[in-house]
Amino acid sequence: MIPFSIQLGTFALSLATWGLPFDASTHGPAVDRHLLLNLWIILGLAALAHLILLVGLIARRRAEATSWHVEYLPLAALAILFAFLTIRAERLWAAARYTGADLSALQVQVVGEQFAWYFRYPGTDYTFGVTKPQLVDAGAGNPLGIDPADNHGADDIVTSELVLPANREVDLRINSLDVIHGFSVPEMRLKQNAVPGMTIHIHFTPKVPGTYAILCTQVCGMGHYRMNANLRVLPAEKFAAWLTAKQKAVQR
Amino acid sequence: MAHRKTKGGATVSFRRYLFSTNHRVIGVQYLVLALVSVTIGTLLSLLMRIHLVWPDYIVPFHGPILPEDYLALVTIHGTIMLFFVLTTAPQSGFGNLILPSQIGARRMAFPVANAISFWLTATALLILLSSTFVPGGSAISGWTAYPPFSAIASAGPGQGFGMDMWLASIAVFAIAGTIGAINTLVTIIKLRCEGMTWDRIPLTVWGWFTAALLSVIAFSVLLAALLLLFCDRHAGTSFFVPTGDLVNGVIHAAGHPGNGSPLLWLHLFWFFGHPEVYIAILPGMGLTSMLLANFSRRRVFAYRMMIFTTLLIGFLGILLWGHHMFVAGLNPYAASAFAVSTMAIAIPASAKVLSWLVTVWRSRPRYTTAMLFSLGFVSLFITGGLTGPVLAQPILDEYLHNTFFVVAHFHLIMAMAGIFGLFAATYYWFPLMSGRFMSERLGRLHFWTTIVGAYATFLPMHLTGLMGEPRHYAQLIGVPNAAGHLLAGTLPLNRFITWSAIFLATAQLLFFANLIHSLYRGKIAPPNPWQATTLEWHPALHPNAPFETSDGRIVVYRQPCEYLATAGEELILPQWRSDGIPNIKPE
Ligand SMILES: [Cu+2]
Ligand SMILES: [Cu+2]
Repeated sequence: MIPFSIQLGTFALSLATWGLPFDASTHGPAVDRHLLLNLWIILGLAALAHLILLVGLIARRRAEATSWHVEYLPLAALAILFAFLTIRAERLWAAARYTGADLSALQVQVVGEQFAWYFRYPGTDYTFGVTKPQLVDAGAGNPLGIDPADNHGADDIVTSELVLPANREVDLRINSLDVIHGFSVPEMRLKQNAVPGMTIHIHFTPKVPGTYAILCTQVCGMGHYRMNANLRVLPAEKFAAWLTAKQKAVQR
Repeated sequence: MAHRKTKGGATVSFRRYLFSTNHRVIGVQYLVLALVSVTIGTLLSLLMRIHLVWPDYIVPFHGPILPEDYLALVTIHGTIMLFFVLTTAPQSGFGNLILPSQIGARRMAFPVANAISFWLTATALLILLSSTFVPGGSAISGWTAYPPFSAIASAGPGQGFGMDMWLASIAVFAIAGTIGAINTLVTIIKLRCEGMTWDRIPLTVWGWFTAALLSVIAFSVLLAALLLLFCDRHAGTSFFVPTGDLVNGVIHAAGHPGNGSPLLWLHLFWFFGHPEVYIAILPGMGLTSMLLANFSRRRVFAYRMMIFTTLLIGFLGILLWGHHMFVAGLNPYAASAFAVSTMAIAIPASAKVLSWLVTVWRSRPRYTTAMLFSLGFVSLFITGGLTGPVLAQPILDEYLHNTFFVVAHFHLIMAMAGIFGLFAATYYWFPLMSGRFMSERLGRLHFWTTIVGAYATFLPMHLTGLMGEPRHYAQLIGVPNAAGHLLAGTLPLNRFITWSAIFLATAQLLFFANLIHSLYRGKIAPPNPWQATTLEWHPALHPNAPFETSDGRIVVYRQPCEYLATAGEELILPQWRSDGIPNIKPE
């Protein structure tokens, strides 16, 4: 039985963070701060508006207001507030999305299909091999249709869990074989649709080692709710060992 | 409607009421259709809520809810509520019933087109509902029907014939909606009575006008998109399907010269989809302004500003569809631009709220049920609206997109506020339709249970969304991996939400009871029972006024909602009176 004080403590903590899950990425805390700022502001505004409504209903009748100040002053204040939030948000968005990943970032391909996520690492040649949809055959161990005629593909590693090193930037190239899926990692504050016919890059740096959920967040069929995978973030040396083992397995 | 009694009995009244071209009859027909739809839509949502927290529940006459059943429930619930309730009831239902009278007209501009529009809408509903019974069942791709999922029959059960029927239903609805919108626009532009200048038009009419403008623009684009999707499904085109798309082991559009893009559908769909939510809510916003003013005996604060903001919301409403696509593969710079246009709409929306707050400020209003629901509308509009700017910021939407936070947002602002507008309209205009009041005691009980139920259902959804619960998940229990842990964490709150939803739905029985009871037993209403100032309460337009003799000239002398308070006595100044009449309190 967990002591009551600890239960109360975790409850208070989850209230303070509005139930947000653990934040395990480097860009996440800034996003969380901005999100929480937004939530507290709108909570305040909602309370204020309801207070004005209630007081106005309860107070004694008075002649109707004709002054335009009651309209334009609050409106100007709200405009400034929303502009402030927009600028703050756009700066965070620009930092996350306007530029691509650093050239030294770890390259991983993310592929969605009904109803699984696959992850591909380019292997020792740092180059992804060509894939062809007609070669896709999950039963034969080639779920992404890597073309054996292309040498670059021979050392590619395909996994069903995403394993990443902590504190290194990752460049994800996301696409889909069939329909639109939503690649989402709540604990990394990441979401990007996987769209067939497109390759979309997002980049981020996982910080805290651990196991996190990867979900599908775009309805894609009857198995949508169970289309998920684990993201395992490892300390750098453990990741290196994992990658070496995988590379050996591919080369054999 | 007081028609002269005609001999010939059943067949005559059958013709008169079923295939009527009278705008009031058509308005009632739309409202009945919406009432049927909202009942079905609510029952579907209850099945969803129950399945989410008690997945082993066996539905009588059906069996367990399979994942594809759940998605069909989501799809039909969303489609039915948005199109056949939130668009149909305010715009077509009350639009037909009240709009002509409010501008001093005796009919809609095109009565036959009006009847055709209704029967097309009814056909669309029938097609949608009967898709349940075709092989594979109803479509399962949600009301947004993103391709390639919606373009390829083998992408899931329901994506075959069920999807075709969904397309047919929405296409017919779009045609009906466009006809209805043109009818509304022409009526407002051409049939206003003498003295009804643009700045004297009630804000409800401005709501219908703006919504109709949006309908013409939005539905025509939707219709084009539906046609393209149909061609992708059956004519071998690939507007939305990229080359080499591999669905269920089959390669589609192989060797096709065209390389389609699913994003094209998203652009077309949301170009329709965002204005659609304003089509649903604008008439309610107009009505709220009018009712708050009338029951507060106050002018609408900043009337011209309210007209302007209505039009501005409509105009901005067609410029911000991209906020549905921040994480869909949109250029990140475009996301920034759409974020700004979306944030901009917060300004006219805030101006509306300020006007409502100022209008009722220290007014000691009369708390009729219609007034309560209007105040509820204001509350829900504030609570649901404030999360809009949060979702408009791409970096925050990246986390919140397609979570229950979004579900909470649009259910409060569009569904609940929209429904509150409809309830206010029903309680307010019931005497006009039937000559009787609805029961105020039952009405008050209905209001309080409904607003408590609405908040209890939709406020906690913000939290499960923040916890990371995605939309469209058929199950939260028994999901493998770390995801299962994340989803299971939302279960206690989700159980609470389900109980609240059951409470909210049950409370609506009060409304049905009130409706039926009052239709036969309701207190007889005098002419203009709310002491209103707008033309639909003109004595010549009263339901008990003989139809044939009611062709006296109607002239408008002033803006709506003008009242004079002299010492101890109130004077209401209806739009049709050159002089004021004393406010005779009904009690
Ligand atoms: Cu998926
Ligand atoms: Cu929108």
